[in-house]
Amino acid sequence: MPEEVLVVENLKTYYFTLKGVVKAVDGVSFKLRRGEVLGIAGESGSGKSTIAWSILGLVPPPGRIVSGRILVDGIEVTALSDAELRRKVRWKKVSMIFQGAMNALTPVYTVGRQIEEVLRIHAGMSGREARRRVYELLESVGLHKSIADRYPHELSGGQKQRVVIAMALALEPDIVIADEPTTALDVVVQAQILNLLKRLQREKGLSIILITHDLGVIAELADTVAVMYAGKIVEYGSSEDIYRNPKHPYTKALLRAIPRLRGPVDKLIYIPGQPPDLRNPPSGCRFHPRCPEAFERCRLREPPLFNLGNGHLSACWLNEGEAS
Amino acid sequence: MEGGEVILDVRDLRVWFPLRKSIVELVTFKPRRYVRAVDGVSFTVRRGEVFCLVGESGCGKTTTGKAILRLVEATGGSILFKPKREVLRELEASGVEVSDGYVDLLKVPRRKFKPLRRELQIIYQDPYGSLNPRFTIKRILEDPLIVHKIGDRREREEMVAKMLEAVKLTPASDFMERYPHQLSGGQRQRVAIARAFILNPSLVVADEPVSMLDVSIRAEILELLLDFRNKLGTSFIFITHDLAVARYICDRIAVMYLGKIVEMGDARRIIERPIHPYTKALVAAVPEPDPENRKRFRELRIKGEVPSAAAIPPGCRFHPRCVEFEEDYDRLKAKCPVEEPPLKRPLEAEEGRRVACWRYITW
Repeated sequence: MPEEVLVVENLKTYYFTLKGVVKAVDGVSFKLRRGEVLGIAGESGSGKSTIAWSILGLVPPPGRIVSGRILVDGIEVTALSDAELRRKVRWKKVSMIFQGAMNALTPVYTVGRQIEEVLRIHAGMSGREARRRVYELLESVGLHKSIADRYPHELSGGQKQRVVIAMALALEPDIVIADEPTTALDVVVQAQILNLLKRLQREKGLSIILITHDLGVIAELADTVAVMYAGKIVEYGSSEDIYRNPKHPYTKALLRAIPRLRGPVDKLIYIPGQPPDLRNPPSGCRFHPRCPEAFERCRLREPPLFNLGNGHLSACWLNEGEAS
Repeated sequence: MEGGEVILDVRDLRVWFPLRKSIVELVTFKPRRYVRAVDGVSFTVRRGEVFCLVGESGCGKTTTGKAILRLVEATGGSILFKPKREVLRELEASGVEVSDGYVDLLKVPRRKFKPLRRELQIIYQDPYGSLNPRFTIKRILEDPLIVHKIGDRREREEMVAKMLEAVKLTPASDFMERYPHQLSGGQRQRVAIARAFILNPSLVVADEPVSMLDVSIRAEILELLLDFRNKLGTSFIFITHDLAVARYICDRIAVMYLGKIVEMGDARRIIERPIHPYTKALVAAVPEPDPENRKRFRELRIKGEVPSAAAIPPGCRFHPRCVEFEEDYDRLKAKCPVEEPPLKRPLEAEEGRRVACWRYITW
């Protein structure tokens, strides 16, 4: 059993639109160990969801993976056909909780039947076996088994999200990708769902990729954090490093821009300007037009990810001197 | 802003939406049922104050805001509002009842409401849906001025340009002829803010104005709103589900649950020391960017889920979910399930704090 369940190497996923090529993911590399929770943080359009779709082979047209490798449990998924992906990888090895999935449950079937379908088709279970497994799954996400006979409109938002999580776990994948799993939920329900993901992760030793713009939500779960900006990872490191000792100016600014519940009420710092157009990204470091610390070289040359030790990486020329 | 005069005094506001009767109800002559979206809400807002309504979806915060602007019809209660002198004179001239400088917004007939639209404005959550896609930015901002017959063409153009600069869409001439779809979310929200302020209103209802924006630009929009408050003395009713944002921008907070205010008072003090069990649960549930949090489970002292506003529990509407009711059951069993708690100053709390909980008020 390899220690790394997922390896992404120099992934480039572009969208070939009529108005030009959008470099949504532009040279992203990371590894995910068994039982690790990786948080991918970034604003809308930073490419975080596109990474998830690339891993599952579900990049919507006109997008496609241009280059790079993705290894799931040693299998190179970029080389598989769609049929092979469906048979070998999707839902069995990697499952995904899509953003807004709780509103994509079909209204005409009971939730039990929707989960059963996955089990019958993908795992070849008989009706009775599948039903028993549905009850197990519902209980594992904290729902009563009577929920199986209900229709989605009879459930609250929190209950629907639990059903979606149960579906993602149906085939016991190694990796679960959760894309904004709590964004549409109220705070109390959000906290309940995060507790649930935390419990499932510990009980099953799941590896989780948690994608969200909310650095508060990531801190609830993630061991490792990747901060994305304009299609690239600009900083990567342990939760402790990212939150306590951020190195990249973008990460620093993002953390200062969040209003806090405790501590002094400082003036919030905001990042001037707006994220770049990815059809025509800025030269050099893509963050330089918004960066308070930018200097000449930032405009001219793109910084590599400097290794600052202990797996802490930062793509900023200011960190060059600290690189090991 | 504590010294400012009271500009808005909402008393026992109720907004009930009737439900259609089922066949069984029709046959058995059962009384009509209602969704009690806002069910007896009272609060005041002072001049230059940022007053927050916070709560989860369905608690009635948006309906309260809309009822103040008469965008939904209130079922009962009164909303006393103190407009600027010239608007007051205009209202008096048209025969609207005025007492002591205040008008009851709910008693103003619709056709006489127009002068008040200059005084009461709203900023919506969704900057993608709230701007007419067929209008240029100039037209969007000029429209209110035309409707209220303010200035001639040149003056209006000047006002629009000044307003665009005030919301930092500069140079203004670059934005005048653009359409909403050519702007980013943050820029659109600035246009929505400019539109709200171009008539120099006394009160602005801001309904989740930053929750659809990216984190990096939220702070900028919040600063902009505070800027207007400081320069023009505008009062705000700021509606949000985000307690951290509320703590940052609001002077006072009212926490709503199922159509009622359960706790009210100084924003920072409520968040630092919540008293009502529901407020406590809300505060405890907010995720914070602290890496220590991943090592523990969040303790959520609240049971079940929010019931429907069509079937509000008897007594204190929060008691079926309340952990403290259970803990103090012997003392509270005669009260919580039976009688609705009033919003009163609790024992051992600062001036201005109000809580609707039998456990913390005297009876």
